[in-house]
Amino acid sequence: MSAMWPAGYEPVLLARVSRPDSRSIDGYLADGGYASWKKVLAGIATGEWTPAKVTEMVKASALRGRGGAGFPCGLKWTFVPPKEKRGNKPVYLLCNADESEPGTFKDRVFIEKDPHQILEGMMLASFALGVKHAYLYIRGEMVHGAEILNAAVDEAYQKGLLGKNVLGSGIDLDITIHRGAGAYIGGEEPALTESLEEKRGHPRVKPPFPAVSGVWAAPTIVNNVETLCCVKHIVDRGADWFKGYGRNEKNTGPKLFCISGHVERPGVYEAPMGIPFMELLALAGGVKGGRKLKAVIPGGSSAPMLTAAEVANMPLDFDGVAAAKSMLGSAAIIVMDETADIPKAVTNISKFYAHESCGQCTPCREGTPWLNKMLKRLVNGQGKRQDIDLLLQISGQMGNGMTICVFADAAIAPVISGITKFRAEFEAYLAKAASPDFALSAPSDVTKKVAERMAEGIHC
Amino acid sequence: MSGGAGTPVSEQAGLPREGEHGALSAGKAVSFSPKALARFEKLLTRYPTKQAALLPTLWIAQEELGWISREAVDYVASLLGLSPAFVWGVTTFYTMYNRAPVGKHLIQFCTSISCHLAGAEEVFAECRKRLGDLKPGETTADGRFTVIEVECLAQCDKAPAVMVNDDDCAIITKENLEQFLGGLK
Repeated sequence: MSAMWPAGYEPVLLARVSRPDSRSIDGYLADGGYASWKKVLAGIATGEWTPAKVTEMVKASALRGRGGAGFPCGLKWTFVPPKEKRGNKPVYLLCNADESEPGTFKDRVFIEKDPHQILEGMMLASFALGVKHAYLYIRGEMVHGAEILNAAVDEAYQKGLLGKNVLGSGIDLDITIHRGAGAYIGGEEPALTESLEEKRGHPRVKPPFPAVSGVWAAPTIVNNVETLCCVKHIVDRGADWFKGYGRNEKNTGPKLFCISGHVERPGVYEAPMGIPFMELLALAGGVKGGRKLKAVIPGGSSAPMLTAAEVANMPLDFDGVAAAKSMLGSAAIIVMDETADIPKAVTNISKFYAHESCGQCTPCREGTPWLNKMLKRLVNGQGKRQDIDLLLQISGQMGNGMTICVFADAAIAPVISGITKFRAEFEAYLAKAASPDFALSAPSDVTKKVAERMAEGIHC
Repeated sequence: MSGGAGTPVSEQAGLPREGEHGALSAGKAVSFSPKALARFEKLLTRYPTKQAALLPTLWIAQEELGWISREAVDYVASLLGLSPAFVWGVTTFYTMYNRAPVGKHLIQFCTSISCHLAGAEEVFAECRKRLGDLKPGETTADGRFTVIEVECLAQCDKAPAVMVNDDDCAIITKENLEQFLGGLK
């Protein structure tokens, strides 16, 4: 296996994944695993460890959520109402392992290779939040991943690390693995809580946010798998150590990057937050066949597409990618070389969103298949001259607060960025279209308006 | 066509009547084996409400019966104190509950962006062609293969990615397709 991190870098998150016994609790314990969980539990009686202390550490580390939005994790935790306000309601922790964003496959590595790392992160977060029952929602397709996690949970119970009065600390904690059944929208926080209940995975109107009213109307913190793994390492080694990774105070920690598409060695790589895109690309063996880079989707299919010029000096962290008017998202980097057909790629992505829209809000339910239908028509040589403007116009009527959740914004990002940055390719399809009297019209006001707003970093 | 004034619209259109749902019938009543029932009982201890066990209970039903029939919906609903229509609504929201019998090998081709860039659509089409011009979702006459298209399987480093039943298969191309299909007994 080629190195999955830069030369001279000491891996943190992937440190154990290539060991033969990486999954078993004995292997994990032998590598010093669960030391933080034991340390914290033992420190309760002496007052050395309190939930507030763990929360403060996570806040001080500046850990930002690894699921997509990059929201500060410690801050999110403080949104849980205090006991006097929430009454007898329990607090739930929901670990989001519904990894479904096209291009993303990092959580799978933790699940399949180092499940106890996730569980220890969940335990420490549960302590900080006062959680007595934590759930891990794993996507339905990861059948074996769910088996591995269930086996790991059983091992943790057997070793007395879960259950009633864990290691005599007075802390009760249960963890349950809940398997989904195939729905991308389940990854959206409120939809995930609906899906953990017995329901269709429909996003809910926010507020209230899950931290106030989530599963079973109780305060619920939803954290991504990688985020919780980071929590474990923060409690292990401290907030200052964590902040030692990254370009600045707001983008910290070791980070996993999923790189796929036209690269020599696709895979999950670990690097400090803020690694330049070109360095990561080199680590993955460069563009396939030594071809020229054309476009990059830097954060899963929902992230606006970037051109080769735009990524040339881009650091891969939340603010670095935001400065390039896209988003780091789940750090799923999809590379497209000069042979890639952008209109076809955008059509493909639009198919995903048309398929996955939950159907609650009209602009999204109707808009996503409409975009897909028009794009299919265009790449099949049946486009009409007004189609490019119409695609932008429809997109403009779907996003920016027209719907309950941000799914529609995700759906239009590839369409708008693809057309705006590679318009000539779309026009070439139109020029080849069947209509004999076809002539390209000049970009309309809609196109100009969209281009201006794109430059401001607004989707439409 | 029967109908006219006074006849409920659902009956006029041949749609399910009130309290019914649209699931296909398996033609026989279903119930869980003692082992499945034990799993179900254990599940109930993991959730604060009985109803919350719906998704995992549907999984047990699918493992036991192969697909979610009308009778399975009714049975699961009765186990959890939910209406059959509600259970059916949830079943149809998620893509992985089979609403009709599937072949012995359910071949699931990912065609999302990373697999698309690796030519997944062509492999998907070629696979269906080799199995006798199957349409997406169809099963071969001998009941061995069902081929469907799915969205991202989180195996983008192994594109084109495929799942066969519960197993992940990496890098299925036109070149190794014959060997891949031959390996499915």
